[in-house]
Amino acid sequence: MADIASTEAVHPAGLQHHFDSLEQQSDASTLGMWVFLVTEVLFFGGLFTAYLVYRSTYPDAFAVASKHTLIALGALNTAILITSSLTMALAVFASQEGNGKAVIRFLVMTWILGASFLVVKGIEYTTDFHDHLVPGAHFFIEGTNIGHAQLFFSLYFIMTGLHAIHMIVGLGILIVMMYMAGKGKFTKEYHIPMEVAGLYWHFVDIVWIFLFPLLYLIDRHK
Amino acid sequence: MTTAVLPREDYLNTDYSLRSWLLTTDHKRICILYLVTITLFFAIGGAFAAMIRLSLATPTGSLVSDETYNKLFTMHGIIMVFFFLVPSIPATLGNFFIPIMIGAKDVAFPKLNLASWYIFTIGGCFTLWALITGGVDTGWTFYTPFSTLSSNTNVSLAALGIFIAGFASILTGLNFMVTIHRMRAPGMTWFRMPLFLWSMYATSLIMVLGTPVLAITLLLVAAERLLHLGIFDPARGGDPVLFQHLFWFYSHPAVYIMIVPSMGVVSEIIAAFSRKRVFGYEFVAFSSLAIAVFGFLVWGHHLFVAGLSVYSAMVFSLLSYVVAIPSAVKVFNWTATLYKGSISFATPMLYAFGFIWMFTIGGLTGLFLASLGLDIHLTDTYFVVAHFHYIMVGGAIMGYMGGLHYWWPKMTGRMYPEGWAKIGALTIFLGFNLTFFPQFILGYMGMPRRYHVYPPEFQTLNVLSSAGASILGIGYLIPLVYLLWSLKYGPIAGDNPWNAKGLEWQTTSPPPKHNFEETPVVTEEAYNYGGLEESHVG
Repeated sequence: MADIASTEAVHPAGLQHHFDSLEQQSDASTLGMWVFLVTEVLFFGGLFTAYLVYRSTYPDAFAVASKHTLIALGALNTAILITSSLTMALAVFASQEGNGKAVIRFLVMTWILGASFLVVKGIEYTTDFHDHLVPGAHFFIEGTNIGHAQLFFSLYFIMTGLHAIHMIVGLGILIVMMYMAGKGKFTKEYHIPMEVAGLYWHFVDIVWIFLFPLLYLIDRHK
Repeated sequence: MTTAVLPREDYLNTDYSLRSWLLTTDHKRICILYLVTITLFFAIGGAFAAMIRLSLATPTGSLVSDETYNKLFTMHGIIMVFFFLVPSIPATLGNFFIPIMIGAKDVAFPKLNLASWYIFTIGGCFTLWALITGGVDTGWTFYTPFSTLSSNTNVSLAALGIFIAGFASILTGLNFMVTIHRMRAPGMTWFRMPLFLWSMYATSLIMVLGTPVLAITLLLVAAERLLHLGIFDPARGGDPVLFQHLFWFYSHPAVYIMIVPSMGVVSEIIAAFSRKRVFGYEFVAFSSLAIAVFGFLVWGHHLFVAGLSVYSAMVFSLLSYVVAIPSAVKVFNWTATLYKGSISFATPMLYAFGFIWMFTIGGLTGLFLASLGLDIHLTDTYFVVAHFHYIMVGGAIMGYMGGLHYWWPKMTGRMYPEGWAKIGALTIFLGFNLTFFPQFILGYMGMPRRYHVYPPEFQTLNVLSSAGASILGIGYLIPLVYLLWSLKYGPIAGDNPWNAKGLEWQTTSPPPKHNFEETPVVTEEAYNYGGLEESHVG
């Protein structure tokens, strides 16, 4: 990689050796992230399919079981995540302006909101555990088929759990972005990593926007 | 700088240290890393196959116990499908030649490319660990509820290995798609791309769209085993058939991950060795995409006896027939390319002919299995085994071997011995057909797959098949020996030993570290052989 150092004088900062221009590199990175998000859609898609199949097979059990989810905490988390999407969008905008300080400020806000989401989710899981909603020998729900209700909560834990893992990864990415912003890497010309990180963060938010109605809201009035 | 004696600097001799290989981001070196890794897996998977065929030489199954036999065919399938066939052409030839054929310095994400190899290898290690510490007996298909409730073998560990390796596949596909979209050299329009690139693009599409579904499915199986969740447990309302839907949503398209790259290789070889532009270039290009798209709509034909509604079975059957159209487009167009071509029978061409022959048989017998009535009779018999081996071994591996020979001089700078290579190709062809053709007859007569023992009247055909397998085994050893030999003793190949078209033949052999001294500018369509009759400009 010695040849890169010698060409860095003529190449813009951040341009990798195998690209011709920053524009090409930026296009490639964003397209790469979009393709990755498509794989994520398919990854969650398998779970959503399983959920919808069972929801339509056992509508009554699922309606009863979903009433045991904690809607207040779920709603609070929805609000938290939507707000974090706003601060993330502001951080990306600040990076496009080359305003490193603002980038860090908005990233810290996003990080705190993301972490709060996980704390709330943790409280929710603990309450679920005490309410005997974790599938297994101690699972208990009154008024419906226990097996079918367990199916609901199996899917609930897998879907929200996978989402939480994505949130944790997102928090890690935010830290890397803060580090890069602190080093003054982002300029008006070069802010690809922030754009890509923003795409990821918004995607994880959108997954929750689908999870919340599916798991908490459908048939709740019944 | 002295000139004459100093060897030219290329991607192989820039640095010899182990570190320079293990930390390389050069797509050409990553190809070599993959090549070594998947050859090891091929040898392991092949050893399991050898033991299966040896055991089936006698009807009583006296060689191994029933349990061991179950593990043998499971591990053969898992290793061959996930750790050899899926990565075979994309991760090796695709990695090496996609950037060169579009005139780029590297793939779009070189570090991700290296990471893919590490992820693949780690996944492979987990699976090998599962095999060494007791094996798996579910069949490579992991059908529930056996895999989730009954099997006492290392299902979770093997599933974890495949789960991890799946991400290598996803990232490779992602890398290739972005590379083909964004890294093409000036003048390299979509319709000037060699057909290998179209096929690799279609393959990448399947990898990116299909593999995540397999990942989540195996995750559910592992979660069900470890946490006793009951997603596929009928006793708690779960549906085992849902597993089959999710599994085949990936695993049927996965067959096209294996075969479509070979089709691309065959297009390159046919054009180069008949000195003609591929007939109906656009049709062949779009047929790759058509196979990728239709491939996602046919998974139900694996479930005809598992409990589908009559109407959805009819739709799946019809759509399965539809896949025959783009497949036939390819075969007919290759044949039309040969017409009035100046054909030479070099080793890659022998493999290409072998591919067409066996893919045609494999494809046509696939239609038997797509038809609702006949499938009831043939489901889970050796007919199915023979059919998919004609596609995956007769098709995919013939294409892989053909491509390896075609591009070997470019990758290594040296020629393989032509005489031995022809003997190897013919041995593989004969050995393969002797192994698997009898299995069509066995299956039609009713011999079920995955059975350890069989009635004595099936022994003759089984012995024929086992004899073929040993010839096939020798056939694979021959190229292994002479290709390794050629690395040191093969004659220097020169930059374009086949006098072929395409950017890969315009750079030196082996290529320099950044593929080209200067970024090439493309001014003509692909396969511009002869030039006279192809004078129209696209």
